[in-house]
Amino acid sequence: MVMKRRHKRIAFIVAGLAGLGIAAALVLSAFQKNLVFFFSPSQVVAREAPVNQTFRVGGLVEKGTLKRDNDGLTARFVVTDTAQSIPVVYKGILPDLFKEGRGCVAQGHIGTDGVFYADQVLAKHDENYMPPQAGQAIDNAKHEREAAKTVVNQ
Amino acid sequence: MDWSKFFSMGGYGFYVWGSYLVALVVLGGEVLLVLKRKRSLRHAQVRSKED
Amino acid sequence: MNWYKYASPAAFYPLAGKMVPWFAIPAAILFALGLYIGFFVAPTDFQQGDAYRIMFIHVPAAWMGMFLYVLMAFYAGIGWAFNARLSSMMASSLAITGALFTLLSLVTGSLWGKPTWGTWWVWDARMTSTLILLFLYVGFISLQAAIDDPRRADRAGAVLAIVGVINVPIIYFSVQWWNTLHQGATIRILNKPTVAPPMLAAMLILLAACWLYSVAVVLIRLRCIILEREQNAVWLAEGAA
Repeated sequence: MVMKRRHKRIAFIVAGLAGLGIAAALVLSAFQKNLVFFFSPSQVVAREAPVNQTFRVGGLVEKGTLKRDNDGLTARFVVTDTAQSIPVVYKGILPDLFKEGRGCVAQGHIGTDGVFYADQVLAKHDENYMPPQAGQAIDNAKHEREAAKTVVNQ
Repeated sequence: MDWSKFFSMGGYGFYVWGSYLVALVVLGGEVLLVLKRKRSLRHAQVRSKED
Repeated sequence: MNWYKYASPAAFYPLAGKMVPWFAIPAAILFALGLYIGFFVAPTDFQQGDAYRIMFIHVPAAWMGMFLYVLMAFYAGIGWAFNARLSSMMASSLAITGALFTLLSLVTGSLWGKPTWGTWWVWDARMTSTLILLFLYVGFISLQAAIDDPRRADRAGAVLAIVGVINVPIIYFSVQWWNTLHQGATIRILNKPTVAPPMLAAMLILLAACWLYSVAVVLIRLRCIILEREQNAVWLAEGAA
């Protein structure tokens, strides 16, 4: 059957708008699911995070806790929100901005041993941009407070 | 000025120059397309005046 | 000067043409100046090295995407409420530039996120709501393209545009309301900016350049839309002039 040009156009448009609608619905569901993008260590300790399920934990990488296993790939560190902390194990390449005392978000699940097994680790940076000298000159404690604000007080 | 250092952007060259290349393509492309649209309308206008 | 005269598309057509170079030339100068400061004056960042230089285009693009949406909804609303054709045409012209800036902010954000956060994309509230902004623009453009009668297309677009305005404050405040991977706002109205002066200068100059660019390209497109929709009236006006 030969469709009239007009009908063809309308069919095309309806299909296009339907596709856009479905895409929007999917995105909105992703939006709703990720309003809590990550849980803080305090929330995890208080059992507010989903059990037996993948979720994200976010906080500061506690100073002096980052250690690498002999394989050179497995990293162990502690994520803290200054009130509670959770040990994390991750096998893989850490992002460039991943540093002790800075923010990070790890995705994975928590084991029965209380250790968080991450399959993805992301670095979270703050909105401060400045040259290296100035960055170093800033009082370290103040800087950590600033960094903590971006991951904790949300 | 060390140009190879400048282009490597401390190892982030791909991302930094990639961003500005995309910006050039998007904004430059928009200008070219809108000027093309304008030209074709002008031609149509001239043609119909000659009729 | 009688401004009401220029509410007529045919009368505004030549005025818009005269205005274009006054925006296009300063835009070109400011793009050059902003890029010069951004790449040759602004220092390397203490945390991110040179990757942060993506910010100079990413932040202006994101702002323009949001700002042009509000402007588009405003013009679409005026065109609908007061039956002003020129205002509706302005909304249609703004939509494409706004969509392109939103797309640019998503792509540059992705190119910035990969080396710094360690991922091209995550579904956090800031990025997801920006993607919705792009969908709203695409929806507006395709809805208007789908309806043959221009005035009906204007009205349908206006409804969509006005409903979608709610998304703009959601994008802006998403980083405060919810926890996100994306960092907070770089420039806050009430707080002191946390960006070193030359970095801030490069970003603000490029923002001004993007703004002037938008005015110029939107006016050229507006002239095209006027010609397409009101050919005869424009030619009559040009003949009389």
